[in-house]
Amino acid sequence: MRPQRPYSNPYLAGVSLGLVLLAAYVVMGRGLGASGAFASSAAGLTAAISPPRADSSAYLAGYLQADGGPWRNWLLWEIAGVLVGGFLSAWLAGRLRVETERGPRISDGTRLAAALAGGVLMGVGAVFARGCTSGQALTGGALLSVGSWGFMLMAFAGAYLVAPLVRRAWT
Amino acid sequence: MTPLYEFGAFGDTGALVAAVCIGIAFGWCLERAGMGSARKLAAQFYLTDLTVFKVMFSAVVTAMLGAFWLGRLGVLDLSRVYVPETFLAPQLVGGLVFGAGFVIGGLCPGTSCVAAATGRIDGIVLMLGMFLGVLGTGLAFAPLRHFYDSTPRGTFTLPALLHLPYGGVVLAVVVMALAGFRGAEWIERRRSAEGAGA
Repeated sequence: MRPQRPYSNPYLAGVSLGLVLLAAYVVMGRGLGASGAFASSAAGLTAAISPPRADSSAYLAGYLQADGGPWRNWLLWEIAGVLVGGFLSAWLAGRLRVETERGPRISDGTRLAAALAGGVLMGVGAVFARGCTSGQALTGGALLSVGSWGFMLMAFAGAYLVAPLVRRAWT
Repeated sequence: MTPLYEFGAFGDTGALVAAVCIGIAFGWCLERAGMGSARKLAAQFYLTDLTVFKVMFSAVVTAMLGAFWLGRLGVLDLSRVYVPETFLAPQLVGGLVFGAGFVIGGLCPGTSCVAAATGRIDGIVLMLGMFLGVLGTGLAFAPLRHFYDSTPRGTFTLPALLHLPYGGVVLAVVVMALAGFRGAEWIERRRSAEGAGA
């Protein structure tokens, strides 16, 4: 087994991430994202199971009517790349490990229930916000979009407000 | 002239190849920073490890300065770069709900993919939750649509809001970020001193 290397300097990693985002602007004329990949695959899967059900939702139908359909969504392919890039980086640094990461005071089951609940809330929030930390905070933030900065400030506010209530899960 | 895709340098299949390449670099950077670790991300909200703030804001400042200067030098046509449109009320409320989910789940949508790819079960489960949240909201969309479409402001930027020049806002964000980094280092030093004393 390879030795596990420490994480990079956060500023260096942040500047690298910023250059990747800048490359997306220069190459594609758009930024990064994540929640759009979930939305497009949700639309594609719903349409595969029940086309009328998918068409009856204006939100899902938007992804179905996009050029090339829901499975040629740009963010879906970008997220496939994220999975590969994350895997390669962790592999080369000796950080691949099957585990459930949790605070010391809760069980694996509680941690997974919280992960599911947190994911559902973020899914709801990301629909209304039209993006998440990647598509709004990073992409729109660097382009100085008012809605993106509003989203970012409210996301931090929401997290700091709820943090004392779930302290047991993490500390 | 760039953006390359907007000026027809390659087609739609090329765009998907670019998506995978950019995604690999994105995932790589997140993993290197330690952003695939839920405990590390959650620590941001207990002020014991401010990596999230440092990574996010150095990325925003870097991309913001790059876009500004490439635009000024005439390399990048900023009118062809898509700025996310503003819908004020749903984005503020969505942000609040999203933030609550972030500290409960410990990962955001992008970082959950990195966590999942590196073997973390909590990352896989969070991805599933995220998928269900988006799917559920999508299926229940009809009564929510009115709020979703409310307070539209189109492409609306901070320079337009504040009636300040683009370069002035860029400079202000850089100054705020540098002050924020100093503050973050100070908080972390204080926290680790407290920890050593305890």
